[in-house]
Amino acid sequence: MQTNIILAGVGGQGILTIAAVIDLAALQSGLIVRQAEVHGMSQRGGAVQSHLRISDREIYSDLIAEGTANLILSVEPLEALRYLPFLSTTGRIVTSTDSFINMENYPAMEEILLELHRTNLPVLVNAAELARKAGSPRTSNMVMLGAAASLTGIAPEEIETAIEKLFRAKGAEIVAMNIRAFRTGEALFQHQATVS
Amino acid sequence: MNKQLLLGAEAIALGALDAGISGVYAYPGTPSTEITEYIQKNSGRREQPLRSAWSANEKTAYEAALGMSYAGKRSLVCMKHVGLNVAADAFINSAITGVNGGLVVAVADDPSMHSSQNEQDSRVYGKFAMVPVVEPASQQELYDATRYAFDLSESVLLPVMLRLTTRLAHSRAGVEGKAVRLQNPLNALYAPERFVLMPHNARRQYNNLIAMQERLEELSEHSILNRLIPGTGRTGVLAFGIAFNSVMEVRQAFCLDLPVLKIGHYPLPGKQIKALFNSCDTILVAEEGYPVYEELLRGYFGLQNGKCIKGRLDGSLPRAGELNADTVALALGLAKKEVIAVPGIMVNRPPELCKGCGHRDLYEALNSVMGLHDQHHVFSDIGCYTLGALAPYNAIHTCVDMGASITMAKGAADGGLRPAVAVIGDSTFTHSGMTGLLDAINDRSPLTVIIADNDTTAMTGGQNSSANGSKLQAICLGLGVEKAHLRTIIPLKSHLAENIGVLSEEIAWDGVSVVIAVRECIETAARKKRNPAANP
Repeated sequence: MQTNIILAGVGGQGILTIAAVIDLAALQSGLIVRQAEVHGMSQRGGAVQSHLRISDREIYSDLIAEGTANLILSVEPLEALRYLPFLSTTGRIVTSTDSFINMENYPAMEEILLELHRTNLPVLVNAAELARKAGSPRTSNMVMLGAAASLTGIAPEEIETAIEKLFRAKGAEIVAMNIRAFRTGEALFQHQATVS
Repeated sequence: MNKQLLLGAEAIALGALDAGISGVYAYPGTPSTEITEYIQKNSGRREQPLRSAWSANEKTAYEAALGMSYAGKRSLVCMKHVGLNVAADAFINSAITGVNGGLVVAVADDPSMHSSQNEQDSRVYGKFAMVPVVEPASQQELYDATRYAFDLSESVLLPVMLRLTTRLAHSRAGVEGKAVRLQNPLNALYAPERFVLMPHNARRQYNNLIAMQERLEELSEHSILNRLIPGTGRTGVLAFGIAFNSVMEVRQAFCLDLPVLKIGHYPLPGKQIKALFNSCDTILVAEEGYPVYEELLRGYFGLQNGKCIKGRLDGSLPRAGELNADTVALALGLAKKEVIAVPGIMVNRPPELCKGCGHRDLYEALNSVMGLHDQHHVFSDIGCYTLGALAPYNAIHTCVDMGASITMAKGAADGGLRPAVAVIGDSTFTHSGMTGLLDAINDRSPLTVIIADNDTTAMTGGQNSSANGSKLQAICLGLGVEKAHLRTIIPLKSHLAENIGVLSEEIAWDGVSVVIAVRECIETAARKKRNPAANP
């Protein structure tokens, strides 16, 4: 088993929290993990990405080779497209449709959606709205993780255990809210799968 | 589960803690910062206390680490590649004196310049100083090699360089720690014949260092960091550092039967390299950095001894930047696969100053003052405020090396440029700006230095700065800045008119003036609010 995931977003959006949950869940499942992240200058509102690799055998490279990512999980729609050369022909994009506009020439949303729909069965998530329904806009990353969970190759129970461990220090209420957000994302994925 | 998920940088930190260091010395710099941060966060739980606060710059850090080694204890000193330029004097000469307690210098290079002004290869420095260099390829290897490097340092009595690059420093993997070694007892070395580098001692010590090289090479031959992955193909790969990972990724993905010699310990293991060359017709030299050893293996006249050498110098691999599985596959003659293109609508998303950051208000004020002058050059420096070079401010026009804003403005002023203005952060000022200011005062060079004091080293994630607030003022006055021309402003929107006034006056004055713009970094302030205990 090997899953190559590219996590994408804008500096400050918290993609490393998603990475931390998947890392922990993979480690709990007895799998090998390599996860490369970006620190330093780009963290200030620039495009950021993390290459996350999970496998049951030795992983050599910290980076994912072009055309071999199973999943691009993006918390911003334009950022999902930035890493397309990494996606394998059967790979999937799971992205939030909430745009983060901090530059003048941001493309029109219709164009972005058009490009997303050119990829293999994209999963488009209105993360902010679903997060609000789950209890707090701050859980949107867990909504995104839920929507992508079945593509990670890790059992959802393991992911929930990891969420519980990572948020435990913040109290039971925060844990419950994040689990709720995660399940909302999972349900949305199931729903979109049935519809298509 | 005894494996902890650690960044490469953190694996070094854990290795050093478990190796029994008594102190770590460092100045923050991406991608090396997390080594020291991990030690700061975790040393409290250790049985034996150790020293871990930030140093003013890499040179002071290196010298303090050498002093701790002189006292018989193990010390770690960490920096980014360009930091070693600052510490180079101490580093090179510490190879001549040698060490007492184990001294490891962890240097994090940044090929592809993710967060740096160049991609210089620290292995060149290692070779220059003639000390052993270790260059692990995985997080676990970083942990093991750090411990090994301390033992090696004490066995050959030399500083050992541990070189890593961004990709490994900032990538996480499971790491298993081993038994903790106790710290060394105090055992200060009385050896003026080694440590007083007057010419008669230096010559003898240098000859000793030269004589030591054969033993160092022999140690490399038997190092766990240098090993052959056997294969029967007539094409072989010499894979240095984490280039090994890219090569093995390709070897696995394409089921290639290539012999791969992994190099992670220098000086080069000559016998192993010779054996690889003897068994192959073509050798790909894959180095994560400059083609340092490829150049050597090719020879000055490129004769290559009947072998075909491929690498960065013949275009098989790109001349600059990090290697990856894709570039290595191409170099091995494997066809590039079709990939999905980035759509034409894609636009760049460059980093920017945070919303609400005080530097924004400083640059707004400065721009309106400089706009009134014919010459509106602003010399600047390295930190978050460097982002002022980008739109919408385009407010600064140089960023070369730590502290260069003040000295470059001084030189330009000496050449006749009016006004000469420098913008530098509080941490960069104490790193390398103070001496330049002293030069300007002694020379009466007319310039205005703006110190953007946000109370932290912000770009690297908010580490303590060596001086800010009243301490900065005291330093400036002590260096000889006139009290009337040491001004303070608060970079807030509501103070814009007042700030423009102060900046105009000082920039118009024909002498050395300093304007300190004091406002806490909003990121640091938010962090303190969230977690008051962590920031006393």
